[in-house]
Amino acid sequence: MSDLPLLTILILVPLVGALAVAFLPGAGDQPKRLGLLFSVLTLAVGVVLAASYDVGDGGLQLTETHEWISAFGVHYALGVDGLGLLMILLTVALVPIVLLAAWNDDEQSEGSGARRFVAWTLALEALSLTVFAATDVFLFYVVFEATLVPAYFLVGGFGREKRSAAALKFLMFQLGGGLVLLGSVIGLYVVSAQQGSPSYLYTDLQQLDISTEAGRWLFAGFFIAFAVKAPLFPLHTWLADTTEQATPPTSVLLVCVLDKIGTFGMLRFCLGLFPEASEWATPLVVVLALISIVYGAFVAIGQDDILRLIGLTSLSHFGFITLGIFVFTAQGATGSILYMVNHGIATAALFLLAGFLIRRRGTTLISQMGGLEKKTPVLAGLFLVAGLATVGLPGLSQFVSEILVLISAFDYRWYVGAVAVTGIVLSAVYMLWAYQRMMTGPDNPAGDTSDLNRREVLVLTPLMVGLVLFGFYPAPLLDVSNPTVYTLLDGTGVPDDGPDVPIGTTGGHEESED
Amino acid sequence: MEFDKPVLAYAELWPMLVVFGVAVAGVLVEAFLAREHRFRAQVALTLLGLVVALGGSIYVASELDTLRGGDSDEVVARGTITAGGTLVVDGPTVALWIMTLVFAIGGLLLFAERRLEGGLSAFAGQAAALPGTEAEREASTKGLDHTEVYPLAMFAVGGMLLFPAANDLLTMFVALEVLSLPLYLLCGLARRRRLLSQEAALKYFMLGAFSSGFFLYGVALIYGFAGTMNLAGINEAVRNDSSNQALLLIGMGMLAVGLLFKVGAVPFQSWTPDVYQGAPTAVTGFMAACTKVAAFGALLRLFYVAFGADRWSWQPMLWIVAILTMVVGAIVACTQTDVKRLLAYSSIAHTGFLLTGVLGVQAATSLGENEITSLQAVLFYLATYGPATIGAFAIVTVVRDAGGEATSFEKWTGLGKRAPLVAGVFGFFLLSMAGIPLTGGFMGKWAVFTVALSAGAWPVVLVAILSSIISVFFYVRLILLLFFRGEMPEEKEMAAADAEDAGGGVATATRTELATVTTPSLATTGVIAVTAALTLLLGVMPGPVLDLLADAGQFIR
Repeated sequence: MSDLPLLTILILVPLVGALAVAFLPGAGDQPKRLGLLFSVLTLAVGVVLAASYDVGDGGLQLTETHEWISAFGVHYALGVDGLGLLMILLTVALVPIVLLAAWNDDEQSEGSGARRFVAWTLALEALSLTVFAATDVFLFYVVFEATLVPAYFLVGGFGREKRSAAALKFLMFQLGGGLVLLGSVIGLYVVSAQQGSPSYLYTDLQQLDISTEAGRWLFAGFFIAFAVKAPLFPLHTWLADTTEQATPPTSVLLVCVLDKIGTFGMLRFCLGLFPEASEWATPLVVVLALISIVYGAFVAIGQDDILRLIGLTSLSHFGFITLGIFVFTAQGATGSILYMVNHGIATAALFLLAGFLIRRRGTTLISQMGGLEKKTPVLAGLFLVAGLATVGLPGLSQFVSEILVLISAFDYRWYVGAVAVTGIVLSAVYMLWAYQRMMTGPDNPAGDTSDLNRREVLVLTPLMVGLVLFGFYPAPLLDVSNPTVYTLLDGTGVPDDGPDVPIGTTGGHEESED
Repeated sequence: MEFDKPVLAYAELWPMLVVFGVAVAGVLVEAFLAREHRFRAQVALTLLGLVVALGGSIYVASELDTLRGGDSDEVVARGTITAGGTLVVDGPTVALWIMTLVFAIGGLLLFAERRLEGGLSAFAGQAAALPGTEAEREASTKGLDHTEVYPLAMFAVGGMLLFPAANDLLTMFVALEVLSLPLYLLCGLARRRRLLSQEAALKYFMLGAFSSGFFLYGVALIYGFAGTMNLAGINEAVRNDSSNQALLLIGMGMLAVGLLFKVGAVPFQSWTPDVYQGAPTAVTGFMAACTKVAAFGALLRLFYVAFGADRWSWQPMLWIVAILTMVVGAIVACTQTDVKRLLAYSSIAHTGFLLTGVLGVQAATSLGENEITSLQAVLFYLATYGPATIGAFAIVTVVRDAGGEATSFEKWTGLGKRAPLVAGVFGFFLLSMAGIPLTGGFMGKWAVFTVALSAGAWPVVLVAILSSIISVFFYVRLILLLFFRGEMPEEKEMAAADAEDAGGGVATATRTELATVTTPSLATTGVIAVTAALTLLLGVMPGPVLDLLADAGQFIR
């Protein structure tokens, strides 16, 4: 197995699929079937990848390195660590689900809509997988930006009336962040060229001796780009507008896969390449994360549009993830990585359920729904489960990650933890209140009130299984992420004397503050 | 005073001489061949000439003498100085020749397009006939065609080849005029919207003549300072002579005015939008790509070779010009509603990015091992900019309505629905100009920003990044217009309501007539396909081109 370029195959399968769907003839359901086939194939390759991954090793594995542009010191270099593997698995698992969930969405869209949707989705999958596997900063940057093209066409091509404006706003924010990142990427080249032959390989860059000032500037470029992507207050304003106008399956791809690139990048590049600057920026980042948590939750409470609401809850969640990353403890980082996976699952479920609901009621406004519990008990029940998962109910997956992040937040400074905890309380408010307004109350007869059909249940089953399974038994996720976290934190040189087994314990001691 | 007959290195110069020879032969064809045969003869002659010159340039490139230097006796440059020190054929010259010739072939294939206008070219039937007169109608019914455009274009190409090869100021001036004069004429020869076209030509000519005057005055002042026209001699004088600094500075400024005008840098950009819009689109494409290559070649040679030692005097000026050019180009482009004008302003912004690369000049000793040089970066940017520009203008020629080319945004609305392939390729060119990864434009941008940052010009790079963000806005807005407008329900309803109001129940819609794509001949299709392929190739596999440019080495003096 080891000599097979697994990661390249993993990227090529959806890419070929995208081209095949776009250009092969075929009417009716055929493009969708073809797309689903390719996405399932990708999932299979992902499973093989996971099987050949050595869990005990926290470094980069399954690496492939080829020279790409020698004049720029650029390589086509791929490799995964635990973090990358989890993100890749999340992506390959979500795409078939999204394709299946969007199966009938082209009813509203004309003729070639389904073909375009499937092709762009697969293209997005291929590029996102490359982002998570890239170990050359230039390659990472290229695909980081390139993911925006399919995302742009997905937002702009499908969805509600004001989608073209939303697509423009989305793209402007993302490209703006991306160009700031370009400045830092170029800066890395300059630093690298000054110290010998220029190279963009991640491992080479880690060896670089970056001066404190240069490191901080470069860090700022990387961090801003990732803060737009993730998103973090105050660069989040595109998020709710985009999720409001895009179709729910597109939102799943954006929020659950694409936005993870932001937090992935913070862990991989901000912490990995600029440990000193990351520590230096911690107070600011923590404040921004806390604002995101509380502000996102408050704004979510005030929403009447269910798609906006879910989008804004993600702002709050990304605040938690960022907080976990920047407190520099093993539990925090582990919690964040878990959070990224669990948030992906729970939010995907919420978006898809909201999509099914909207199709039935013909409205996205919470105030015009109501009384669905009796008519559609399965839909309502699953919505409640997914909602409670995002609230962090023990026994559902997000609880584990949330508690890890909170513990390390309290560990970092007690008041940081105290503020972060309010996010949980507020999340209970927005989620339960939304549930109450949408599902309970008097009957609201307008629209279709059929319960979930078999396809829809099939779509949600893996997500629900994931929510419950990882809630009770997060060990597989921890096994994969822990070695990576230790390798990463070793590199940052921040002493971490927290306990090794994070679940169920009360967290580490105060970090060295002097 | 003794007069030595200069020795011409024909072995190196012959590609340029072929181009001039073909231009002269083209004039003879005009004089002696019957009208109905001229088109074929001219097109064949011109393309043959360009292809031979291109092949010749590639051959010359492989045979250049090498100059070794440094501790490790590496090849640092290649080439020879010839014609009594007035011409230099070195690696960068030949690289610029190859680029110019490739883009010229693309541009001239667009000239030869006759299917779009129903068997006629895009050039005026009889330029001498006043617009709107009987004579004009007559010329048009007779199906007259100006085949003089081919020799004119060839003269321009000849001038463009001479421009970056000039090693003394007077030759540079002659080349500048040889390349400019035919372009002024070509701009005024549009078949449709002739007044606009003639206005463009006049404006270009007036301002061009003015800027040539500045250039010439600068030549005189520099001669006064250095006592020589030769670039190497000027360099010598700059190094040794600290008197007469005022003469040097003013002369340098004057020369810069002439060159910055040609590349369309702020504050000498005002001709660009009008000329780009008024000129026949084929000419615009040709001019935009080729003039920029030639003029940047000359600019680089002048500032690096002649004034390289006085970097600290001219760099602040170029800093300001680059910043202004990028910012003005990007911001004003946001307000445009015409595709050709938008591309014109985007070309101004690109000039700014190229100037950013020019600022990246560093002493060879301060460069790291294998680090990309400023010259390499600028040449590479030009190589990526040319195909995208020619391709974009080629697409503008095929998007038409009853009145000819439709260039207003209104008419391009929803083109993605009517002609997905053409709109998709156009979108791809726009993405390349915006510098999105996996296109040539991104790699070019990366290269020029890198060299500028290496040289410490971080404020310029910062502005460059900010203006890139602004420019992304107008490119993306246009893409949005192409693909996502005109399909929104409320717009459809509004359109339907409009139709009802106007027609009083009659089903004839009175919406603005939208442009459609007219199928062009193989020439235009080929140009679009090849430029798109080049743009993609340079975005995915820029390595070979970059390596070739690195092999070309530095300027020689």
